[in-house]
Amino acid sequence: MTHYLDFEKPLAEIEGKAEELRALARGNAEMDVSDAARALDAKAAALLDDLYKSLTPWRKCQVARHPERPHCRDYIEALFTEFTPLAGDRNFADDHAVMGGLARFDDRPVVVIGHEKGSDTKSRIERNFGMARPEGYRKAIRLMQLADRFNLPVVTLVDTPGAYPGKGAEERGQSEAIARSTETCLRIGVPLVSVIVGEGGSGGAVAFATANRVAMLEHAVYSVITPEGCASILWKDAEKMREAAEAMRLTAQELKKLDVIDAIIPEPRGGAHRDPGAAIAAVGKSIAAMLKDLDGKSRAQLVKDRRAKFLDMGSKGLAA
Amino acid sequence: MNWITNYVRPRINSIFSRRETPENLWQKCDECGSMLFHRELSDNLNVCTNCGHHMAISPRARFGALFDGGVFAEVAVPEPVADPLHFRDQKKYPDRMKAAQKATGEKEAMLVATGEMGRTPIVAAAQDFSFMGGSMGMYVGNAIIAAAQQAVKLKRPLILFSAAGGARMQEGILSLMQMPRTTVAVQMLKEAGLPYIVVLTHPTTGGVTASYAMLGDVHIAEPGALICFAGPRVIEQTIRETLPDGFQRAEYLLDHGMLDRVTPRMQLRDELIAITRMLLGLAPPVKGDLPAPDKTEAAAADPGKAPGPADKPAGDAGENTPK
Ligand SMILES: [Zn+2]
Repeated sequence: MTHYLDFEKPLAEIEGKAEELRALARGNAEMDVSDAARALDAKAAALLDDLYKSLTPWRKCQVARHPERPHCRDYIEALFTEFTPLAGDRNFADDHAVMGGLARFDDRPVVVIGHEKGSDTKSRIERNFGMARPEGYRKAIRLMQLADRFNLPVVTLVDTPGAYPGKGAEERGQSEAIARSTETCLRIGVPLVSVIVGEGGSGGAVAFATANRVAMLEHAVYSVITPEGCASILWKDAEKMREAAEAMRLTAQELKKLDVIDAIIPEPRGGAHRDPGAAIAAVGKSIAAMLKDLDGKSRAQLVKDRRAKFLDMGSKGLAA
Repeated sequence: MNWITNYVRPRINSIFSRRETPENLWQKCDECGSMLFHRELSDNLNVCTNCGHHMAISPRARFGALFDGGVFAEVAVPEPVADPLHFRDQKKYPDRMKAAQKATGEKEAMLVATGEMGRTPIVAAAQDFSFMGGSMGMYVGNAIIAAAQQAVKLKRPLILFSAAGGARMQEGILSLMQMPRTTVAVQMLKEAGLPYIVVLTHPTTGGVTASYAMLGDVHIAEPGALICFAGPRVIEQTIRETLPDGFQRAEYLLDHGMLDRVTPRMQLRDELIAITRMLLGLAPPVKGDLPAPDKTEAAAADPGKAPGPADKPAGDAGENTPK
């Protein structure tokens, strides 16, 4: 059962009709609906192309949050072998909103870390909808330090609405944990590559994405605050999220123009959720390319390049 | 009784004409409601003389109180691209900037300066909450980087006073990128072996807290300051329960291990002098207010501009030294 987004309603109708026709034909051997169904399929495909070719920033936010979009776990399962989760911050707890551990990517041992949102009600609650608490960042810090000591590249997969606005998270030093995680990203002498696969929400995203190379899926978003949050602050009305999404320049296309990200990974027709396998493969190709790009760089060079990249960031702005 | 307000603020002849604060005779404390004589309040560094409530203080007034003789030299901050995203909400970003500049007489939300504090050469940076909520955009990032570079160049500690509602929304993702950018600045200081002391003032929230404000060698907060990543209203909406009294206030963070100290503003200078001098392995400080150095920073930096007067009466800051 496909989950349709509000702007996909016309598509739902066409695909629904095609489905009905086929169901009807299954019950009636004499009926030949193949031409009619194929025509509807073609119409649906054309509409899908049309819709996704020029998604507004707000629609991209909706696609990035699509419940059927592949999540961190799907990427790890498909792209890595021997994934060995490593748990805990050695201080308070293990944060299930953050997955991480040792794994092999193209046979090469790496450390992989990412936010996991969950895929059904139970796992979403267990994963806290991908909103890490301080323990999540502290686990990531520990894993990045492990990678650093054993010279393993780090791959991070970013997909979070943001840090968890909870009482305990604040009491246990959420700010400090995020700051230290970003600091660790900037300190480690191993290749660090990051892919924003869904939502790159604020400090929770930066804490993992302060990388040598950052790629973004075509319809992913990356922003300082959610459009709803921005709208409620600047427009005093959370319903103005469309306007806010527009103003914030949170799409991969605009972030590439600003040099905040290095590459855009194309998504299959109709978004990653329509063909998760294709999206995952494209992300795999991008990770391989980014790692290859960093091959042969010394530890000092990796740190120096990463710092220089962020120091330079924003120096030109969007072209007038 | 304090000397600072009696003296000329150095470098007031900036490109913006600074509007003099109207000398209201009285000001009301927003905490206890006491009517306070304006002069008495500024002598007490904007701390209520009745209830001890810490009100906002401008970076210039703070530096006036911090540096010997109130003399400091501003560090130039590289100018970022204006309105990098062409951001429009209900107002245009450049119009909001102009309004903030007019209201504060400042160019942006952070002031960086060099000078001496108890004869200890330092670099200081202070965030200005009155300028668009002190929000962190490219300029604030550039200011912190400039402050760190200056500190490394001069081999001096950096003392940073944070105050911000968070990110500069109108700079979108670029405001978020100030988290890693300012973190690089902190790393420069640490690698040069220089002390980095953060004074968290009311309020320090959002991305500011989750980057340079939480990476100090020593964290000192002013009493009652709100310090958090997610604000109390957002949390209450999320968890649907009322938060305990004093939640996310300086004293609460001290209890939860996030701060080294909570120090009243009137004692801050002496404490900063003591800490930096110990970290730098220098001799114990001379107590009390000190006159401006003979060869002032301001004069050295820009001979065309007159520094503040070097003479001053014996102050009372020494009386606030904890014994
Ligand atoms: Zn009061």
